[in-house]
Amino acid sequence: MAQAADTAGAKRRTRATKEPAMSREQLLQAYHDMLLIRRFEEKAGQLYGMGLIGGFCHLYIGQEAVVVGMQACLEPGDQVITSYRDHGHMLATGMEARGVMAELTGRIGGYSKGKGGSMHMFSREKGFYGGHGIVGAQVSLGTGLAFSNWYREAKNVSLTYFGEGASNQGQVFESFNLAALMKLPNIFIIENNKYGMGTSVERASASRDLSKNASPWGIPGEQVNGMDVMAVKEAGERAVAHCRAGNGPYLLEMKTYRYRGHSMSDPAKYRTREEVQKMREQSDPIETARKALLDQGGTEAELKRIDDEVKAIVQDAADFAQTSPEPDERELWTDVLIEEAR
Amino acid sequence: MGVQILMPALSPTMTEGKLSRWLKKEGDAVKSGDVIAEIETDKATMEVEAVDEGTLTRILVPEGTEGVSVNSPIAELDGGGANGARPQAPGHDTAMPQQPAPPAAASSAVGEVAKQAEDHGAVAARGQARGEGAAKAGEAAAAPEKDWGPTKPITVREALRDAMVAEMRADADVFLMGEEVAQYQGAYKISQGLLDEFGPRRVIDTPITEHGFTGMAVGAAMTGLKPIVEFMTFNFSMQAIDQIINSAAKTLYMSGGQLGCPIVFRGPNGAAARVAAQHSQCYASWYAHVPGLKVVAPWSAADAKGLLRAAIRDPNPVIVLENEILYGQSFECPVAEDFVLPIGQAKIERAGKDVTIVAYSIAVGWAMQAAEELAQQGIEAEVINLRSIRPLDAATIAASVKRTNRLVTVEEGWPYANIGTEVAMQVIEAAFDWLDAPPVRVTGKDIPMPYAANLEKLALPTVADIVGAVKRVTYK
Ligand SMILES: Cc1ncc(C[n+]2csc(CCOP(=O)(O)OP(=O)(O)O)c2C)c(N)n1
Ligand SMILES: [Mg+2]
Repeated sequence: MAQAADTAGAKRRTRATKEPAMSREQLLQAYHDMLLIRRFEEKAGQLYGMGLIGGFCHLYIGQEAVVVGMQACLEPGDQVITSYRDHGHMLATGMEARGVMAELTGRIGGYSKGKGGSMHMFSREKGFYGGHGIVGAQVSLGTGLAFSNWYREAKNVSLTYFGEGASNQGQVFESFNLAALMKLPNIFIIENNKYGMGTSVERASASRDLSKNASPWGIPGEQVNGMDVMAVKEAGERAVAHCRAGNGPYLLEMKTYRYRGHSMSDPAKYRTREEVQKMREQSDPIETARKALLDQGGTEAELKRIDDEVKAIVQDAADFAQTSPEPDERELWTDVLIEEAR
Repeated sequence: MGVQILMPALSPTMTEGKLSRWLKKEGDAVKSGDVIAEIETDKATMEVEAVDEGTLTRILVPEGTEGVSVNSPIAELDGGGANGARPQAPGHDTAMPQQPAPPAAASSAVGEVAKQAEDHGAVAARGQARGEGAAKAGEAAAAPEKDWGPTKPITVREALRDAMVAEMRADADVFLMGEEVAQYQGAYKISQGLLDEFGPRRVIDTPITEHGFTGMAVGAAMTGLKPIVEFMTFNFSMQAIDQIINSAAKTLYMSGGQLGCPIVFRGPNGAAARVAAQHSQCYASWYAHVPGLKVVAPWSAADAKGLLRAAIRDPNPVIVLENEILYGQSFECPVAEDFVLPIGQAKIERAGKDVTIVAYSIAVGWAMQAAEELAQQGIEAEVINLRSIRPLDAATIAASVKRTNRLVTVEEGWPYANIGTEVAMQVIEAAFDWLDAPPVRVTGKDIPMPYAANLEKLALPTVADIVGAVKRVTYK
C-alpha cells in the first residue's frame, strides 16, 4: 500500500529542494493572522481577570502557527472542527473578532447569541463546526464532516483538531478505522502541546510517536514543527492533496506548546517557569515569522502597520463585547428544538 | 497618569481571594511577564504576572489581606512605560488587568448559584438548632439523627478527602483513580495529599479515557478490589455510562449473585458557574433510574464524609454526586473516628408543620434559605435533605407529608422525569389522602444550560422560586 509507506512519518521533502512553503504575501498574511490570535487571546485573558468573561476560558497563545498554517491550505467548503480551545481556529477561519469576543462576554452579538460561551461557537458560513467541550468528541464529529464530503462526492476536506490528551480517547481510534475503511477525506490534526491539563504526554500515552497512532489502519502520519507556520503549511499541503485525491485520511502531529495554563484557573505547577520561558524565547511562532519577513526584506514599518491594524481589531472587538447587550430573556427558550415546519 | 492594577478573577467561581504575597515593592520597575504577586483563589495559589511595563508606585492592598474582592484596585502602576511595553502576554495562567476600573458590567462572571451558596453552613446550623427545639416540642416525628458527639467545622472538600483517607487506611483494597487525582492533587483538589500518603499504586492518574478506565475499574471490582473512580465532573461519566450501567449495575444479577461490584463513582455533578451546556448537567435522574446502583448526593460536609465512607464500604456500585460550588463551604461535622451515615436515610434539616420541602445536594441550602424567609411570613416549612436518592427514604417523606399535608420538591436538574417526579409519585401512592394541595416541583428550566450570566441565572431554581411554590401549595 502506498500510504503504508508514509506511516513511517518520514519528512519526505525538504524545503531546500522546492519552492518555499509560503510566498511573501502569504507569510505576511500568516503573520497578521497569528498576531491577531495572540492579541485577541491576551485581551480575552484581561477581560477574564476583570470578571467580564466567566467559566472556562482556554487560551491558544503559543499554538497560533498550527491553525494559521493549516487554514492557508484550505479552499471554500472545507470544514474545521476542534475542542474548547477554539478561539484561534475561529479567527483563522475568518470569523469576526467581534462576534467571538462578544460570545466570550455572553452577549447577544456573540456567534451563539451568548448561549454557548468560550467553548461553543459555530459558523456554517465559514465552515467552522465548533467548539466542543467533551474531550475527544469532535474527532468522530469531524469524521462525520468528512463523511458528508464523501457522500456528496465533494472535493472538500475536513480538518479535525484535537489535543494529544484527547488522542487517547477510544472514539479517536474508532474514527481512524472508520475513516480509513471508507477512505474519508479527514485530516486528523493532533495539537501536541505536551500537556493535557496537568498531565504531560509521556504520562498519558504509551505511544512515543503520536504520528504513528493511526498506522495500523494504513493512515499516513507525519510529525510537524507546529511552532513554524511554514512547516505547518508545507505538511498541510501534502495532507490536503492526499485527501482531495481520494486517498483517504491523513494524520498530522503538530509539535506545539501552550504558554498559558490549561484554563484560567490552572496554577501550572506541573512545569517550570523556565520551560515556558525557553519555548517563548526560542520557538515563538510569531517571532519566527517576523524574523523570516525581515530576512526577506520586510521593514519594521511594514510590520508595525500590521501590529497597529491588529491592535485596532482587537480593541474594537473588546469594545463591542462590552457594549453588546445581554441576550433577551426570551432567548432562554429558543433553539431547543426547531419549531414545526411552516 | 498611573493605571490601577485590579484584583483579577482567576477561576470560574472566584469572587474574592487572599493577596498572599507581593513579589515587587513600591518603586520597583515591572516588566511584562514579571510575577508581581501571589493570590490564593478558592482553588489554588496563583501567580499574578504583569502585562504592561512601568513602575509600581503604590501598593494599595498589603500582603496577607484576605477577602480582597475581584476588580478592586490592589496597586498603582505609573503608565509611563505602558506604551513601549512589549504587548506580549504573561506565561502561565494568570491574567493581570492593568486598566482603570471597568464600567459596571451588566453581567457578573460568577454564576448566581455560587452566590446563593455562600452561607449554606450557617443556614444548616440554624436549621439544626431549630430542629432540635422543635423535636423536643414534639413537632417532628422522624427518627432523630444518631448523636455522633462533638463536631468541628470543615469544608466539603476536606470531608471528602478525609472519608477517602479513612477508608484507604482501613482497607488496602480501596484505591483511587481518575484524571489528575494524583500528581495534580485533583482537578478540584479533593485528593490533596493522597498520593503522598498512599503512593502511585493506590492513587492513579489515568489518561483521558473514561470509557476504558471505568471498564478497567469495574473489572477490578469484580475480583473484589474496591475502586473509587473520580470523574473530573459527572458530565464526563457519559463517556463511560455503558460500563456503569451494563457492567457495574447488572453483573451481580446476571451472575446469579456470584460477582459483586464494590465500586464508587464520584465527582462534581450539576451546574458550576458559567461553564455552559456540556459542563452543567445533573445526572441524579439518569443514575437513579437503574436497578443495581445506589445513588447518594451529599449537601453538607457531614453528609459528604458520612455518605462517601458508607459508599466505599458498600458491596455495591454507588454513585456519589458531589457539587463543585459546595466544595469550599464549611459545615459542622462530627469528629468521631467511626462517623458514617447510612445510605437510604433522609435527614430532616429543619422541622416545620406547614409544608414539606424535599431537596438534595445544593438545593437543600436553597430550601433552608427559603424556609427562613417563609418563617418570617408565618409559614413553617419542614426541609428534608434526601442524602440518598436511590434507595429513597420514602417513609420519612411520607411521614412528613402526613403532618404537613403539602409537598414541594426542589432540585437543580431538568423537570422531565426527575427526582421530584419520583418523590411526588411515591407520596401520592403512600399518602394521597393526606395531601391538601397538588405537589409542586421547583426545578432547573427544561433547556440546555446557557452561558450568558443573565440567562444562566434564569435557568436555575432560586430561593424566590421555592418561596413562590410553597405559597402555591399553602394557598397563601
Ligand atoms: C470526556 C472529558 N473528560 C475530561 C474533560 C476535562 N478536560 C478538559 S480539557 C482536558 C485536557 C485535554 O488535553 P488535550 O487533549 O491535550 O488538549 P489541550 O487542552 O492541551 O488543548 C480535560 C481532562 C473533558 N472536558 N471531557
Ligand atoms: Mg494538550
